Amino acid sequence: MENQSTPSPTTSPVQIALAWIVVAIPLLWGISQTFIKALALFK
Amino acid sequence: MASLSFLNRDNTVAGPGYNRWLFPPAALAVHMCIGQAYSLSVFNIPVTKLIGITEPAPDDWSLSATVWVFNLAFFFLGISAAIFGKWVERSGPRKTMLCSALFFASGFALSSLGVHLHSLPLFVGGYGVLGGIGLGLGYISPVSTLIKWFPDRPGMATGLAIMGFGGGALIGSPLAVTLMKHYATPTSMGVSETLMTMGAIYFCFMIFGSVIARVPAPNWKPAGWVPVANTGNQMIATASVTADNAIKTPQFWLLWAVLCLNVTAGIGVLSQASPMIQEIFSEGRRGTGLGITAEAAAGFVGLLSLFNLVGRFFWSSLSDKTGRKRIYMIYLGLGAVLYALVPTAGNLGSTALFVGLFCIILSMYGAGFATIPAYLRDMFGTLQVGAIHGRLLTAWSTAAILGPTLVTQLRDYYISSGKAAGLTESVAKASAYNTTMYIMAALLVVGFVCNLLVKPVDAKYQETEAKPVLA
Repeated sequence: MENQSTPSPTTSPVQIALAWIVVAIPLLWGISQTFIKALALFK
Repeated sequence: MASLSFLNRDNTVAGPGYNRWLFPPAALAVHMCIGQAYSLSVFNIPVTKLIGITEPAPDDWSLSATVWVFNLAFFFLGISAAIFGKWVERSGPRKTMLCSALFFASGFALSSLGVHLHSLPLFVGGYGVLGGIGLGLGYISPVSTLIKWFPDRPGMATGLAIMGFGGGALIGSPLAVTLMKHYATPTSMGVSETLMTMGAIYFCFMIFGSVIARVPAPNWKPAGWVPVANTGNQMIATASVTADNAIKTPQFWLLWAVLCLNVTAGIGVLSQASPMIQEIFSEGRRGTGLGITAEAAAGFVGLLSLFNLVGRFFWSSLSDKTGRKRIYMIYLGLGAVLYALVPTAGNLGSTALFVGLFCIILSMYGAGFATIPAYLRDMFGTLQVGAIHGRLLTAWSTAAILGPTLVTQLRDYYISSGKAAGLTESVAKASAYNTTMYIMAALLVVGFVCNLLVKPVDAKYQETEAKPVLA
């Protein structure tokens, strides 16, 4: 990072993983529900 | 107020240790919530039976009155994005996401009250107006910041967020159904409680996005990234244009037309997907027991939603490699060819070909939304790209009205003409869609020409002395 003189905490990989998990869970749930619904087309 | 100073843009500048991959979840959190707007139709039938419960009572709301919620919400999305775009740029993503959350959740709360009191103006105005403003603010809130965090992959970054908007519908619909089942009683459809609960859930989720959002420090760039000024790409501006100047350029209006035409065609088909596949592959044409059922048609709509979602990320990420103009030539050129092939698939009776064609078409429809912010960045620079994007979204509002109206009006016109010409009802219905598909293809051809006319922005509109580097 440039032009930044004050030190600040580094983002930990755990923080990043948690943030992605929070958004991935509902998204994957929605996708799975839609996928199940879509299967009706192939019956 | 000092206590709210943490919302100010200056106080959200990331420190040296911040990892840019923390920002996309913030953007996704907001877009996945506001994307719920696409699934509003899940409430259509329940709100017309609030009094009658099992079937509509005389005092129940009509379907035509309640669908105004959808129209108003998308109208206010476009208007608020256009009006507040510059404020969003000044305020930064944290404050904007918070305001978006407040408006969006208030919209749910007011609509919930409207259902509880059986007041149609409260129901329609709540989600339609307040929710619509929340939609507009939320939609553009992360775009500019994503482009600044990912100058090396703007298409991928905005594609990811806008994919979340598509995902919002996939979450919103089953969530609403589950909650309505949970809250339903013999004397209530459970709609009011569902709206209130969804508003609360979405508010918390959007606040999560707001809290983790950070803007990059001025002049920050990814390690090892070579700025476009050194790449010699003529279609990527090296100087920025303000939002006020951008709307004076032909490039803005050409891209406005491209978005409007792409969305008009796609949204028109999406709004009619279920009856369309049932009428084209009806028992009347294919024989008893061989027609597409309502359940299978719902599966078709679900499949289209999945491709709409995946296309946003896939094609938009690909645009970082191909360039934006070329990828739009694919969306519009290939899209026109595929639309023109749909009647052939229908006449052949090939459901697989028909479904396959529409899956690709809808993937490019979603991609049109997802790639446009990066296209705007290429044309107008990063200075006010969020505000410019906000103004361009009026094309979406226009298309949201044009598309469904065009498809339904054309369908009705060609069905009556077909019947007058002696065709049976099932053949007349299928033929009506054929003509509609050719008209959709023609719309995309016009969009293709508009995209072809996009050239680098004249230097007189740019804010600095720097000019686009000629190849």
